[in-house]
Amino acid sequence: MNALLSIENVSVSFAQRKRLFGGPRASLRAVDDVSAEIGEGETLALVGESGSGKTTLGHVVAGLRKPSAGRVRLRGAELGAANRALAGRAIQIVFQDPFSALDPRMPVSDIIAEPLRIQGAASKAERRARAAALVEEVGLPVDALNRYPHEFSGGQRQRIAIARALAPAPQLIVADEPLSALDVSIQSQILNLFRDIQKRERLSYLFISHDLGVVEHLADRVAVLYLGRIIELARREDIFAHPAHPYTRALLDSMPRIGKGRHRKRAIKGEMPSPLAPPSACVFHPRCPLVQDICRTLAPRFEPLAARPSHLAACHFKE
Amino acid sequence: MTDLATEGALASPARAIEAAQSVWSLRWRRFRHHRAGIASLAILALLVLFCLSAYPLERYLNLDSNATDLLSRYDPPSATHWLGTDEGGRDELLRLMYGGQISLLVGLLATVIGGGIGVSLGLVAGYFGGRLDSFLMRLTDGVIALPLLPLLIVLAALDLTKLGFSSEFAHSGAAGFWRIVVIIALVDWTAIARLVRAATLSVKERDYILAARASGAGALYVMATHVLPNIVTPIIVALTLTVGRVILFESVLSFLGFGIVPPTPSWGNMLNNAQELVTTAPALAIYPGLLIFITVIAVNFLGDGMQHAFDPRSERR
Repeated sequence: MNALLSIENVSVSFAQRKRLFGGPRASLRAVDDVSAEIGEGETLALVGESGSGKTTLGHVVAGLRKPSAGRVRLRGAELGAANRALAGRAIQIVFQDPFSALDPRMPVSDIIAEPLRIQGAASKAERRARAAALVEEVGLPVDALNRYPHEFSGGQRQRIAIARALAPAPQLIVADEPLSALDVSIQSQILNLFRDIQKRERLSYLFISHDLGVVEHLADRVAVLYLGRIIELARREDIFAHPAHPYTRALLDSMPRIGKGRHRKRAIKGEMPSPLAPPSACVFHPRCPLVQDICRTLAPRFEPLAARPSHLAACHFKE
Repeated sequence: MTDLATEGALASPARAIEAAQSVWSLRWRRFRHHRAGIASLAILALLVLFCLSAYPLERYLNLDSNATDLLSRYDPPSATHWLGTDEGGRDELLRLMYGGQISLLVGLLATVIGGGIGVSLGLVAGYFGGRLDSFLMRLTDGVIALPLLPLLIVLAALDLTKLGFSSEFAHSGAAGFWRIVVIIALVDWTAIARLVRAATLSVKERDYILAARASGAGALYVMATHVLPNIVTPIIVALTLTVGRVILFESVLSFLGFGIVPPTPSWGNMLNNAQELVTTAPALAIYPGLLIFITVIAVNFLGDGMQHAFDPRSERR
C-alpha cells in the first residue's frame, strides 16, 4: 500500500495551568505516541469514546495543532510551517457541527470558494465557477450560491461544508464526526455522498466517529483509540468479525443491532479514567473483563496478531 | 457581479439563473431594503449639503457670519437674516451651517479615529490572547483610570510649536480643530476596545475559523473576513452612540476653552451659549439642539441599516 499520509509517533499534551503556590505542573496527554498510515483512496476510521483524543488527532493532521512530539508526513514530506500552503490544499477538514462550521455572515458561494481564495490559487471568476460546479456535485439546489447558511437545514449545511472541503481538490479529508449532529435519515444521505465523492475523486478519508454502524459502511481500516492511544488497528472486516482487544469487543457489543435481541454480554464497566492520571501499564486494565496481574505491571506491546499480520492490537490476551 | 462570472455560469443553462454575487453587493442589496437606513443616509447627505452651502449663502446675502452687530441682537427672522440673529447680532442660519461643518467633521473624525484604535486593539488582544492581550487590556484600564479633566487640560495646554508644528499652524483655527479631534479620539476608544475584545473571544474558536486556518489562512485574513463581520453589530451600536456623544463632548471641551474657540461656531458651543438665554431667546437653543438631535437619530438608524446589511438573519423592516 502506498502511504499518502503517515502519522509518526504523534503525541499532543496540554500543559495545565500553573498552580498558584508552585506544585508540579500537570500535563494532559490527549494523544500519546500514535502512529498510523492512510493509503491513497483509503478510509481510515478513528473510533473511540469521547475524550479518547480522536478530535485532537484530527486537528493535528489538519494542521490546526502542532504535535508536541512526532510528525505527520504527506507523501514523505513532513508537514510544518515550511509547507503550510501545500498542506492547506492537500488536506481539508469537515466538522461535526454544521451550524458552527459555516460563517453565518458569508454567502454560500464565498464559503465554498474560500480555500481557493485563501490560497490565491484562482481568479474571482474561476472561484465562482468552481463554487457553482461544487454546489451541484454535492447535491444542493443551484440557487444556493447567493444564500446564507441560516437558510439551510443541517444536512444541507453539511453538504456545503463538504463542498468547501472539496474546493481545492484535496487528497485527504479529515471528517470529524460529520454525521453525529444529523438526523438518522440525513446521515445515510451524507454517508452516501462521502462514498460517491471518494469513488469519483480518489480521495482518502480520516473518518473520526464513535458510531460503529457508520464506520462499518465506510471504512477500509479501523483504528480504535482509548485514552489517546491506538489499542487496535485492523482492516474493517477483521475488526468487526474478530476483534482482538477486549475494549473493541465491548464497543462492538454495545452497538445496537436489529434482529439480534438484547444481549449485552460484555458491557464496559466504569468511566474512562482521567487522562491527567492514566492507569499504569495497560491503560485499559481498570475496566477490562480479562484483567490479570500482568496487565497492572507491564504495558502490552502494540503488535501484530499471530494469525493476521495486518491486525495490530495492544493486549496481553489478544485473541 | 462581473461579466466573467456570468460567462462561467452560462456554461450550463441550469446555472444561468443564479450567478454568484459578491458579498458586498449582497450587503448593499440588503441595506437598500432597510427603509430607515436609506432615509437616514439621505438625511445625513442633506445635512452635509446644508452645512456646505454656508459660504455660497454668505456671499449671496452679503453677510459676515463672525461680525457682531450689537444693535441687532435677537432679531426675528427677516429677508437678510432668515433665521434671525443671535446674542451677538450674527446671522443664526449661517452660524448653524458653519457650526455644522465643525460638529459633523469632529463627530465623524473622532469616532472613526477612536473607533479605529479601539477596534484594532480589541481585535488583536482578543485574537492573539496571552501576554499581548494582558498588556493591551492593562493599557486600556490605565486610560480608563486616568482622570479626564486634568488630562484634557494638559493636552489642551500643549504647546504645538514644541512638537514641531509651525507657529502659524499652532495658532490657527485648524490646530484647535485637530487638537479636539485627537483629544477625543485618545480618550474615547477604550469602551470599543473592551467590547471588541470580548466579541472576538466569543467567535475566534468557531469551526469556520478553524476551517479557514486549516486551509492556510493567516491571522489578518481571519480577523478581516470572519471575525469583523461577525462582531460588527456591537461595534456599530457603540460607534453610533459615540457620534452623538462626541458632538456634545466637543461643546463641553469648547466651553472649558479647549478646542473650538468662540468666534468659530459649532453646534455644541451654540447650544451651550444659548443655555442662559432659554427664556429670552429659546430659538437659539432649539435650532442647534434640533440639528444635533436629527444627526444623532439619523446616525442611529444608519447603524441599524448597516447591521441589517451585515446580518443575513435579521428580518426586513
